Parts: sequence; C-alpha cells; structure tokens
Amino acid sequence: MSEIFTFSLIFAAIRSATPLIFAALGGLFSERSGVINIALEGLMLAGAFTAAAITYQTGNPYLGLLSGVVSGGLLALLYAVACIRFEADQVVAGMAINFLMIGLPALISGVIYDSTGSTPQIDKADQLPNFFNSISIASILVFALVPICWYVLYRTPFGLRLRATGENPAAADAAGVNVVKLRYIAVVISGLLAAAGGAYLSIGQSSLFTKGMTAGRGFIALAALILAKWKPVPVLLACLFFGFMEALTIQIQGVIKLPSGEDIPVQFIQIIPYVLTVIVLAGFIGLSRAPKALGIPYRKEN
Amino acid sequence: MTIFREILWPLLAVIAAFIVGGVIILMLGDNPLTAYGILLSSSFGSVKDIGWTLHYATPLIFTGLAVAVAFRCGLLNIGAEGQLYVAAFATAWVGIKFGGTVVNIFGIQEDWSWMSLPWFLLIPLCMLTAVAAGGIWGAIPGVLKAKFGSHEVINTIMLNFIAISLVSYFTQYHYKVPGDALLQTASIGEAAAIPQLDRFLPFLPADVPLNSAFLLAILMCVFVYVFLWKTKWGYELRAVGENPSAAEYGGISPKKQIIIAMTISGALAGMAAIGEVLGTRYNYYDAFSADWGFLGIAVALLGRNHPLGVLIAAIFFGVLLRGEIFVDAFTPRVSKDLGWVLQAIIILFVACFQMYSKGSRIKAKT
Repeated sequence: MSEIFTFSLIFAAIRSATPLIFAALGGLFSERSGVINIALEGLMLAGAFTAAAITYQTGNPYLGLLSGVVSGGLLALLYAVACIRFEADQVVAGMAINFLMIGLPALISGVIYDSTGSTPQIDKADQLPNFFNSISIASILVFALVPICWYVLYRTPFGLRLRATGENPAAADAAGVNVVKLRYIAVVISGLLAAAGGAYLSIGQSSLFTKGMTAGRGFIALAALILAKWKPVPVLLACLFFGFMEALTIQIQGVIKLPSGEDIPVQFIQIIPYVLTVIVLAGFIGLSRAPKALGIPYRKEN
Repeated sequence: MTIFREILWPLLAVIAAFIVGGVIILMLGDNPLTAYGILLSSSFGSVKDIGWTLHYATPLIFTGLAVAVAFRCGLLNIGAEGQLYVAAFATAWVGIKFGGTVVNIFGIQEDWSWMSLPWFLLIPLCMLTAVAAGGIWGAIPGVLKAKFGSHEVINTIMLNFIAISLVSYFTQYHYKVPGDALLQTASIGEAAAIPQLDRFLPFLPADVPLNSAFLLAILMCVFVYVFLWKTKWGYELRAVGENPSAAEYGGISPKKQIIIAMTISGALAGMAAIGEVLGTRYNYYDAFSADWGFLGIAVALLGRNHPLGVLIAAIFFGVLLRGEIFVDAFTPRVSKDLGWVLQAIIILFVACFQMYSKGSRIKAKT
C-alpha cells in the first residue's frame, strides 16, 4: 500500500489536475456571469490543437501556449455571440462548439499534416518545461491563478459586477452595469483559461495533439465547478481531488488487487467524479446553488 | 403560413451551414461543389445508397424523438447517449441469457445462457428490455429533478459517463469471451435477430444492413405524434413545457410530468439499441454509438421537436453520415471530419435562428 502513496503519486495528481483547474476556473468566470459553459471541452481542444500546431511549426512552446490561448478566446467569442447576441440555448450552442472542435482540428491537420487528426510529434526540448523534473511551468502558473481569480472575483469592482450579473442581471443593469459587455468578457476569459488547460495537455503533458484528446476533461472540470459551488479555492481542491483519482487509477493498475486476486476495475474509479456530482446536485452534501441567472439570456428592457 | 415558418428557419440554417462549410472546404483547397456533389450522389445515387442512408438515419430517428419529447416538456435530455448504452448492453445481456448462447473458449464450449427461448418470445423480450433499460436510465434524472430540483442537463451529462463506464465494466469483466481481442460481449442467440429489410424488399441489395428497426422508427414517429397531440397525457406533458405554473394551476403536476417525460425520452433513446444489437452487430461492443445520443439533440432541434420534422432531419443527418465517407475517399484533401463540422455549424445556426422563430423555443430554466 505504502509504495503507492508516494511523492510520485502527488506529482502525478498535480499533473492530472492542471488542465482541470485551468478549465474549471474558466468555467467559473463564464457561469458566475450567468452563461452556462458546456463548451469547456471544445475550448480546451481548440487550445490543445493550436498550441501543438504552432509549437511544432515554430519550436517555441511559449508562442504555442499563447496562440492556443488566443484561439480559445476567439472560439469563446463565437460562443458568446451565439449565446448573448442571438440568445441561443447555451447548452445547445455549447454542444455545437464541442462538435466543431472534434471535427475542425482533424479536418485541418488532415490537410496540413496528411494525418487522420493528429499533429506530428513535438521535440522533447520544445515542450513546456518542467521543474524538479515533474512539475510543469503550467502547473505553477495555474496554482498562481487561483488566488488571482479569487481576488478578481471578490475584491475588484469587476468581480462584484460579474457576480451581480450572474445573480440578478436586471438589478445589475439598473445599477449601471453593462450586462452584455460583462458577459462577453466573462465568456472570453473562460475561453482563454480553458484553452490554456488544453495547451498544457498537448505541449506539456504529452507532445502532440490527437483527435478528441481532452477525453471528457472539460466535463470533469464542469463537475468540479459544481462540486466547488462556483468558488475559486474549492475549485482548486475539487480539481486536485479528481486529478488524484485519475493518477491513482493509473498507479494501481496491476499493483493493488482485490482480495479475490482480480484487478480493481478502473471503471469504478473513473465514475467517482460523476457520481459525486449527481449526489452533490441532489443536495446530499450541502446545497450547491448555481448563480440565479445561469442560462437565462438577458434582454434590456426599454 | 405556420408550416412555412416551421420549415423556413431550419432550411435557412442548413443552407447557411453549407455555405460556411463550403468556404472551409475552399480554404482547405478542395472544390465545395464537388464535395457536396459526392455527398448527395453517394447517399441518394442508387437504391443501395438510399438503403445505407436510411440505415444511418434509424438510430437518429429514435434519439431525435427522445430529445423532442423531453423538449416538449421543457427539458433538455443530453443523456440519450447514456440511455442507449445501458439499453444496448441490457438487450445484449437478455439476448445471451435467454437466447441459448454457447461460447467457444479456446476450443471448449461453454453455455452462457439460462434458457433458449423461441424467436417470437425472445425478440419481444429483447425489445422490451431496450425500452425498459433506457426508460429507467432516463427516469433517474427525471426523479432527481422532480424530487431535488437538480438540473437535468448536468445530471444527464454525468449519467452518460457513468453509463458508459458501467457497461464497459460489465462487458470487460463478465460478458466478454476470453481471448476476444475486441471489447465486446458474446453474441446474442440467433433467434433474437430481427429481420433485414432485403427479405421483404427484393430490390434492396442484401449487403445493405437496413433492418426492420427502421420500420419501428417510423412507427414510433406516429406513436409520438399521437401521444403528444391526441392524448390527455401528451397534452399535460406539453402544458408543463409551455408554462409549468399555469399547468400546475390547471391541476397538472409538473413533477409527475417531468418524470414521465424523462422516462419516455429514455425509453425512445433505448430503442436505438434495437436496430444495432438485434439487427446489425448481434452483440454489444464498446463505444458502439457514433454519438447518436448527441446528434439526437441536433435532429430534434432541426426537426422543430415534431415527429415528422425529426424523421426528415434524421434522414438529412443520415446523408451526412453516409456521404462523409465518400467525400473522404473521393476528394484529395477534405476528410470524413467534414461531417462533424457541418453538424456543428448547423446546430449553431439553428440555435441562433430560434431567436427569430416563435414556437418550440426552449424555456429558460435554472
């Protein structure tokens, strides 16, 4: 048992949690402003693909990360136009963004790299650097982002307006907040952050983009966000917990066995985040209350 | 005038999507007209092509109807995917246990079944299992919403992952034939197989996998229409979708209707398993759905949550699924993934255009 719970497991948990924290913090901004973000998965994929492609072309992971983040912001802008300007159902539009990002990167890499949806391998030297041989610069960045997000959300006028918009847009509007502009900004921020998480996946944790490589991480981030009751510090803890689960799943493979001598089915560990979310939503572990105006388009009354 | 308005916006969405898709194809360096020509000719060019297109459309009719019924009650069922996974596995399980399945494990015969029912008992039992399993998995988020007020969108997303993992566990650890390289269950009994349509239609080539599940899908379109617009239950369900508080004032329990709607929705999604397990592959295999549950959302949206619209939209998506393979093969640059991109753009446009069309707009809810 003890050989499992080592520093390497903790490092592995941090590595697994890193993309989740980025995406969940992104979702936090969007949802706190009142826009549901089912599109986290697609936004991550945009970041992952662009980062891998640009890093491969230029050999510069920082440029790759930056372009990945920008691509996520642009895609989020498209999502924001659909949800805010056209008042599209946010869940449906989010699904569309996710579909788009399964197809588009594959379509483009098929033409550029003559592949079935992946980019070529990036040189080890061109990946995002690690410290102490195991902690990525992205992990350090995201841990620093958590207190920054907390500060922005709770200690700045912008954060106050953002939270007010998500709870009661009409009142915020009456108090002079530009609800529409604020929501645009919030959704774009969510795209920037989620894409950074995706970029870490393709140029930090691994060294190429593969089709659909986020494998549901956007939804786990969403689950973490709900579990964390839409608060930044609990978001960090929830993501670390889910990251720990993922790392544990990999580490116990073939090491720890059931008393009967069989492997512990990974499926049972994989479903833990999802089951927890269902339980939390039902109110069994304290009430998880969404921002009041979540999912409702805002139309200014004249 | 109403019919015109109902058709106008979905049609505009499709046209707009094809224009945007055309620009993308152009940027990739292929001719969009050639690509779209291949798309159409490969899906409607011959009886064989039409058969394949309808085969691809069949599961989407079921999932489209599933999403539409929930929509009509003001609910968004993102869980059709999980519901059909549970249904498919349960159907295969009944087909094995009651179909006299004998598996060959490294040369040794092993009887995995409890009994061997004749086809006229086994097929209905398998079909009922699909309906029941999908219905139960759909009812869970319905009950959670009615009892605890938890949002069905998040719960159905979570239940999708749970369903896929659980079913994968049972397949891997209990119903996979040892030595099989693929993650799939043993085959169902031969008596559980539903007839292929080429048995009734002499002009249909035998290699087209179109089976009687397609007829069931048409039948379900009629059933859903009659249920929603010609029965008291359907009226009550729609009343809750239109205005829950008014419905409650009129003596209809929204909570009860939410549970009913999600159960029916799940049952319809589960029926998608019938064509696949009993009519195409004759077992359950891992990752068997080509995102039919999610495409069902697009089908329902494009079909304006009406059974006839769902049927047409499902066939349209069948065209994309059939045609993308040929576009991939016969254009120099554009790959199969064009289908995903077109589907995404269509959904996005339909969702945006709903602002301009009254009617089946989903109510904002928390």
